[in-house]
Amino acid sequence: MSSNRQLTVSRAMAEAIALEMRTDPSVFVMGEDIGTYGGIFGATAGLLDEFGEERVRDTPISETGFIGAGVGAAMAGMRPIVELMFVDFFGVCMDSIYNLAAKNTYFSGGNCKVPMVIMTATGGGYSDAGQHSQTLHATFAHLPGMKVVAPSNAYDAKGLMAAAIRDDSPVVFMFHKGLQGLAWMASPEEAATAVPEEAYTLPFGEARVVRAGKDVTLVTLSMMVHRAMDAARALEKDGIDAEVIDLRSLVPLDRETILQSVAKTGRLVVVDEDYRSYGLTAEVIASVVEKDPGLLKAPPQRLAVPDVPIPYSRPMEQFVLPNAETIAAATRITLGKAG
Amino acid sequence: MPSKAQLLWMYEAMEKARYYEDTMATVYMEGKQPKFDIGAGTVPGEMHLAAGQEPCAAGVCVHLRPEDTVTAPHRPHHVAIAKGVDLNRMTAEIFGKKSGLSGGRGGHMHLFDPAVNFACSGIIAEGTGPAVGAALAAKLKGSDAISVSYIGEGAANQGATHEALNLAGLWKLPVVFVIEDNAWGISVPKSKATAIADTSQRAAGYGMPGHHVADNDTLALFEVAGEAVARARRGEGPSLIEVETYRYYGHFQGDPELYRPKGEVEALKAKDPIERLRKAMLEGGEITAEEADAARDRARQEVDEAYAFARAADYPAPEEALTHVFA
Ligand SMILES: Cc1ncc(C[n+]2csc(CCOP(=O)(O)OP(=O)(O)O)c2C)c(N)n1
Repeated sequence: MSSNRQLTVSRAMAEAIALEMRTDPSVFVMGEDIGTYGGIFGATAGLLDEFGEERVRDTPISETGFIGAGVGAAMAGMRPIVELMFVDFFGVCMDSIYNLAAKNTYFSGGNCKVPMVIMTATGGGYSDAGQHSQTLHATFAHLPGMKVVAPSNAYDAKGLMAAAIRDDSPVVFMFHKGLQGLAWMASPEEAATAVPEEAYTLPFGEARVVRAGKDVTLVTLSMMVHRAMDAARALEKDGIDAEVIDLRSLVPLDRETILQSVAKTGRLVVVDEDYRSYGLTAEVIASVVEKDPGLLKAPPQRLAVPDVPIPYSRPMEQFVLPNAETIAAATRITLGKAG
Repeated sequence: MPSKAQLLWMYEAMEKARYYEDTMATVYMEGKQPKFDIGAGTVPGEMHLAAGQEPCAAGVCVHLRPEDTVTAPHRPHHVAIAKGVDLNRMTAEIFGKKSGLSGGRGGHMHLFDPAVNFACSGIIAEGTGPAVGAALAAKLKGSDAISVSYIGEGAANQGATHEALNLAGLWKLPVVFVIEDNAWGISVPKSKATAIADTSQRAAGYGMPGHHVADNDTLALFEVAGEAVARARRGEGPSLIEVETYRYYGHFQGDPELYRPKGEVEALKAKDPIERLRKAMLEGGEITAEEADAARDRARQEVDEAYAFARAADYPAPEEALTHVFA
């Protein structure tokens, strides 16, 4: 078995699902175009051939119905994985997600479980406009009762998917389209990684220090990890040593790793591809300030979509999304080195 | 039977829509070769083309007026063209240009032309409610304007569709629901998505007449839609029409279409609806080949001009992204 085998994120997700389906007959998958097509973003490729139509079910375009059915199946002892093709479509089915999946455990006083995975594609940057390009991280993370993960690479995607399937709570698995390694959409090379062939899980709520550094802490997740790493490489040339933290999950949130890093660097930049206000960037900064405002030697910086819908036209869309240059510029500001 | 003018109008609208989509298919590939990247090129992003579905647009919109509202889904060009949306500004919008209908904010799935009361959206079935609302507004204002809501056969299984049908039936609103049944919802065939074969039967459950138009027949749809539109204008309430139509291209440009049976598209093209309409027109004896050719050439010229307009237009300044969030 070669441990250097490289997988794309989409292959890693499909493999994690297949491994769980082989050992646990209660696991099944449903969603739009997840069978013959293998998922528009490849997350279920090959599953129909191996497991057949009973366990890999193409659904009608009826998200309220089939995600609600996922809740019911989960409460009846199954472990459904449902795909919401683009996270933007949550608008038609959110009730099943946040009023049922997320609340039934609590409202039953812990007597009912809803072990389901809702996997959904996020992110823009390819001119698909604001009904198909949002990340909506905070929308899901804000509402209690759901665990929320958003991996940045194939190794993490496989381990987090296995953990999500085995978890007894609903897990929203947010995968970025631009990290999937699709033939038709550009993807950063680092998103595809070496992935062990056997099953493994990664714990939720454990951030990863992607790059250790002493001058400033860059906190982010999903696609923006790659943008932050590009920024860190550019900053290195100016003698700035940035630490980059990949949160990997929003709920639970690894505040400890953030605090440890900021205690070391004293400077904080938070990057998110979601809307700016009321979001992840504010949550991370609040987590630091609540603990000890004295940790910060300079005001923190945050980069996110400036509270406008994602526009279609390329120059406008690129303007609203954080990128390596804007991240580097914000970092220089925290260091008092703005040009 | 359509008048000579109506026949020529439908034929021209269909030629225009076809040529528009075929041109788009070529333009869309600019900057995406040799390696296809959906975000690259002259026209980036998803692109859903409607070649083959022209009867659904022309056969209904021929009965409409500018003040009537039309809502369309993610595959909107043919309907927008038949409704009379400004072609230059629509094309500029799809190119992401400043002179586009929305200054480049919306793109191909979010075309708005209030001058002719046209709007579309990329969220499946979500045009049904707004069509009902526009019909309600017309009723409250005492106008005889009507609404037409276009959806795909896949969208007929979305909750919004059912709620909107019931509202329209309950309140006897002037809405015509048109289901474009192109047999596929991306990769899922109708038989694996819809519990009954003929979705127009669902009309009975919402207290309205349902009509089924077989095999993409423009003239049959002309008759059925004429009745439905007239009924709505008379204040007698909504109708549901399902049209069997054809999807020549993939779901989106770049779709590998591995799910599609070999030869399916060729078989559909062999009974192309524009060819069929042209043949019927000429056989009817009232329209000459020269008149038909002139209509086709006019249509193509208008499309060429729209693409030239879009190409020549400027991109918006990046900061324009921040404007128009609120009224
Ligand atoms: C609420 C929602 N769910 C899913 C999608 C993704 N999607 C876009 S088009 C499409 C298929 C639509 O099929 P149909 O209504 O038959 O229209 P067609 O594409 O065939 O014209 C799907 C599933 C969406 N845009 N919105």
